Amino acid sequence: MSKVSDFFAEFVRRNGATISVYLFTAVIFWIAVLIVLPQLYMLDFSFRFNLPPSKIGTEEDVHTLKNYKYLLFGAEGNPNAFNWLHLEVFFRTIWAAVLVTILNLVICYPVAYYMTQVISGGKARIFILCLILPFWINEILRAFAFRILFGLNGPINFALVHLGIVPEPVEFIKADIALYTGLAYAYMLLMIFPLYNAIESLDHNQIDAARDLGSPWWRIHWRVVIPHAKPGIASGCTMVFMLTAGALAAPQILGGPSSLWFTQVIYQWFYTGGNWPQGAAYAFVLLTACIVFVLTMMRIFRVSLGEIAK
Amino acid sequence: MSADVELDHLTIRFGNFVALQDANLRIPAGSFFSFLGPSGCGKTTILRAISGFLDPSEGHVRIGGEDMAGIPPNNRPTALIFQNLALFPLMKVWENIAFGLEVRRVPKAQRRERAQELLELIALPNQGEKLVSELSGGQRQRVAIARALAVEPEVLLLDEPLSALDLKLRQHMRTELRAIQQRVGITFIYITHDQGEALIMSDQIAVMSQGVIQQIGSGPEIYENPKTPFVASFVGENNAFTGRVASADANHAAVETHFGALRGRNSAGLKTGDQAILFVRPEILQLGAGTQGNALKSKVLAKEFEGFASHIHLANSQGERHISFSTSQEEALNISPGEEATVHFSPDRAIALPLGELAHE
Ligand SMILES: Nc1ncnc2c1ncn2[C@@H]1O[C@H](COP(=O)(O)OP(=O)(O)O)[C@@H](O)[C@H]1O
Ligand SMILES: [Mg+2]
Repeated sequence: MSKVSDFFAEFVRRNGATISVYLFTAVIFWIAVLIVLPQLYMLDFSFRFNLPPSKIGTEEDVHTLKNYKYLLFGAEGNPNAFNWLHLEVFFRTIWAAVLVTILNLVICYPVAYYMTQVISGGKARIFILCLILPFWINEILRAFAFRILFGLNGPINFALVHLGIVPEPVEFIKADIALYTGLAYAYMLLMIFPLYNAIESLDHNQIDAARDLGSPWWRIHWRVVIPHAKPGIASGCTMVFMLTAGALAAPQILGGPSSLWFTQVIYQWFYTGGNWPQGAAYAFVLLTACIVFVLTMMRIFRVSLGEIAK
Repeated sequence: MSADVELDHLTIRFGNFVALQDANLRIPAGSFFSFLGPSGCGKTTILRAISGFLDPSEGHVRIGGEDMAGIPPNNRPTALIFQNLALFPLMKVWENIAFGLEVRRVPKAQRRERAQELLELIALPNQGEKLVSELSGGQRQRVAIARALAVEPEVLLLDEPLSALDLKLRQHMRTELRAIQQRVGITFIYITHDQGEALIMSDQIAVMSQGVIQQIGSGPEIYENPKTPFVASFVGENNAFTGRVASADANHAAVETHFGALRGRNSAGLKTGDQAILFVRPEILQLGAGTQGNALKSKVLAKEFEGFASHIHLANSQGERHISFSTSQEEALNISPGEEATVHFSPDRAIALPLGELAHE
């Protein structure tokens, strides 16, 4: 307890009373009003019936588990034991987000390694610029660009057909290839930068030392680079996974006709269905599932939250 | 197993900059060989070329008679100890030591056993389970040596391994390194900018300056018979007197200095009229006029008394400060600043060399 009060005393001494008060108020406002309160409000919402405005606040407005039950078992009179329609979308979304995260890691790790340990200084900065520039373009435009690229008459199919690699245009969008590629691309920077920071701090002599002791390249990565980069890998994967599972624009634009993303179901509840409590319940299930999944992974790979924040 | 190392017209350039110029030498198997030179003279460059991290711009590196061109570091019979050690901080001490064995797919039980043996060799038998960060500087140093020895290299390359240690530990580790080398019997190639280290440990020393090997020889050879002014001024203390050669024969040359004509050995074949530098080591100076000439009449500028010896700074009659030496002669006790003093030295122990680059302190 005294540590905390010491921290405050030191903070005030350093920054002066006015600035300290301002900073604390701002931070508390930020956390409480912009993050915690709306979420609590939503949480409460998810446990209520979908009532017309006139009935809100009346004795009919009570708590219920109905919205959560719906995700599991569907509407009353559902002939199946479970609400497979939505559960399947839910699990497919999580699974696809895992795949996209792994794909992202596999693409970004070599790039980050190359930028930090192989080239250096000026060249690396140009490389970073080339990575950042495309992200000046808005997410929706980028998704449409992918749609064009992967379209039946798009440049990729054009090239493949004309080079004689495939006889007919490939249905990239229907096969969800466009979706996965687009999702992987959408959050790539959030994978690259933690990896970049983590690998950059590795002393190149350690790589040389391992090589000098006879290590082949893959073992250098396995024993030296990856353990060192683990916190960066964890934080990149966490962000990419969370954002991918919660993505809406890319699935909306790039998803095939038969594949729904769970966020699209949530969106439908809020807007098409006009059922906010139901949508809130779905959103909370997704959020909780993602958090539990990430914490489990961190436990398995023995990373602590503190390391990730570094 | 131990192998000899040969550098054959080895040149290394970075762009237009020549970091190592035409090095030619043979390091006998099982010897302790040092490269000695000031920082930035290309010592690390040589080690990286021998271990395979740098390709020669010209020339060859041969180990055990075999040309190493195109052989990567992981396939050379060398092990390098890095200037900053480069231990693996996320592995335990014993895993660090056994890493080279892990690479060679030695089973874990054997790896542990071998690591334990090496931990005993470096006198850290109970530290295997610790992390590297829990060890002191000197202990880490030894772990780095053990890690390199674990792969049983034929040649061990050490890049200023003691420079991060404090003086006491450094002196202790000198003796210990030499002892380890004699125990394992492999070739040690040692890099240092500390001439004391090189002189104490090495069988042979190569003195370098700006990418050029100036002289190769044993410690006493280099100390007593420097071939260039750089070597004379870099290895040990030396008083340098610049001047023209007044007279010369096959054995001695007399150089016209601020203190008058002084004689030293003429191993470089100086002729009358050449520009030369006469090097006089402080320990050969004696108070008094002596009998062989070579006496310097001078004024005492300052004297520092340090018990076992007195450090005396002398100037010539114009008052320019030119010589320093230390002596434990009884006469030294009686002289004081401002007085006249005469010192002399034996011409057979001083050396005259052609004018050339001196080492900067
Ligand atoms: N990779 C490199 N690129 C360009 N110059 C280098 C490189 N490595 C070393 N040098 C230069 O070569 C010279 C010798 O370096 P080095 O061998 O590290 O010296 P030492 O180990 O004797 O202090 C230095 O001037 C250094 O700046
Ligand atoms: Mg160096």
